[in-house]
Amino acid sequence: MSKFVDKGKRETPGINTASLPDIVFIVLMFFMVSVSMRQTDRKVMLSLPAASEAAKLERKDLASYIYIGTPTLQYQRLYGTESQIQLNDAFRSIEDIRDFIASERESLSEAERPYMTVSIKADENTRMGIITDVKQELRRCSALRIMYGARKVSAISSY
Amino acid sequence: MADISFLMLIFFLVVSTMDKEEGLVRRLPVMPPENVKVEDQKVNRRNIIQVKVNSQDRLFAGNEIIDIAQLKNKIKEFMTNPNNDPNLPDKEVLFIEGFGDCLVSKGVISLQNDRGTSYSKYIEVQNELIRAVNELRDEWSMAHYGRRYSRLSEEQQNIVRKAVPQNISEAEPKDVTKRRR
Repeated sequence: MSKFVDKGKRETPGINTASLPDIVFIVLMFFMVSVSMRQTDRKVMLSLPAASEAAKLERKDLASYIYIGTPTLQYQRLYGTESQIQLNDAFRSIEDIRDFIASERESLSEAERPYMTVSIKADENTRMGIITDVKQELRRCSALRIMYGARKVSAISSY
Repeated sequence: MADISFLMLIFFLVVSTMDKEEGLVRRLPVMPPENVKVEDQKVNRRNIIQVKVNSQDRLFAGNEIIDIAQLKNKIKEFMTNPNNDPNLPDKEVLFIEGFGDCLVSKGVISLQNDRGTSYSKYIEVQNELIRAVNELRDEWSMAHYGRRYSRLSEEQQNIVRKAVPQNISEAEPKDVTKRRR
């Protein structure tokens, strides 16, 4: 009869981790497919304005980026809290845009140069003064295709 | 195996960005040579609507102060001129390849801003202007092809773009606020 006697020392089995590699692998695959590599370190605080008509940029490789905004906290001691222009990896002034555009243009093939787009990514609290200056400089460099970076929303709620 | 995958996962999380490249694509006007005096382009008064945003982010379109919510319909009315009002833009018959003759509005939207305008307001206004034109294109393609603009073929989209042009001019920077004083 001792067959049916309860010993009273049962333990719950541990969770089976045999499928863990598969799960991690799927998450990894998802990330590899859905993301693009970060090219530059952003040194300005950026929250893009919302726009319902924002369209996707077709050729990402033809885009050059100009970031405009307040420097992030770690750079505020050096650069203050005024809006700054970031080209590539450093804070630059309006005059440097000319060289920046020239070098960006150099890096493209002859046939693709007319389609170069300058993507202006500016914080929504920036004043238009600095952006107007950037636009004027871009016109002087004849980089006329521009894109105002914006975040796509379905429809703007007008307060 | 799990460890290696995990390491790679962490690596990808660190080096990657998720932000999509989206925005409002615009074309800047060509810079006139510096020694040439800028002459105002001879555009008939009725064919131009001025949209101004001042440093307090107040909006002025046509000849009145309006709210951003009214802007889209005002632009649409301006561009279509449904009653052939002599104060609203002229239309001209234009031959479009692949379609034929078509009445095209001569209207131009001129957008001016102040140095103190906030960028978010500026984009909001730009967005409304583009939205007005996009809606007009949708309406036009609905009337002629029975489909929305985004669902047309590339050639048809080209035709619609010619029939409903997006004439938004970003004027030379002017100090809008100071001029009023």
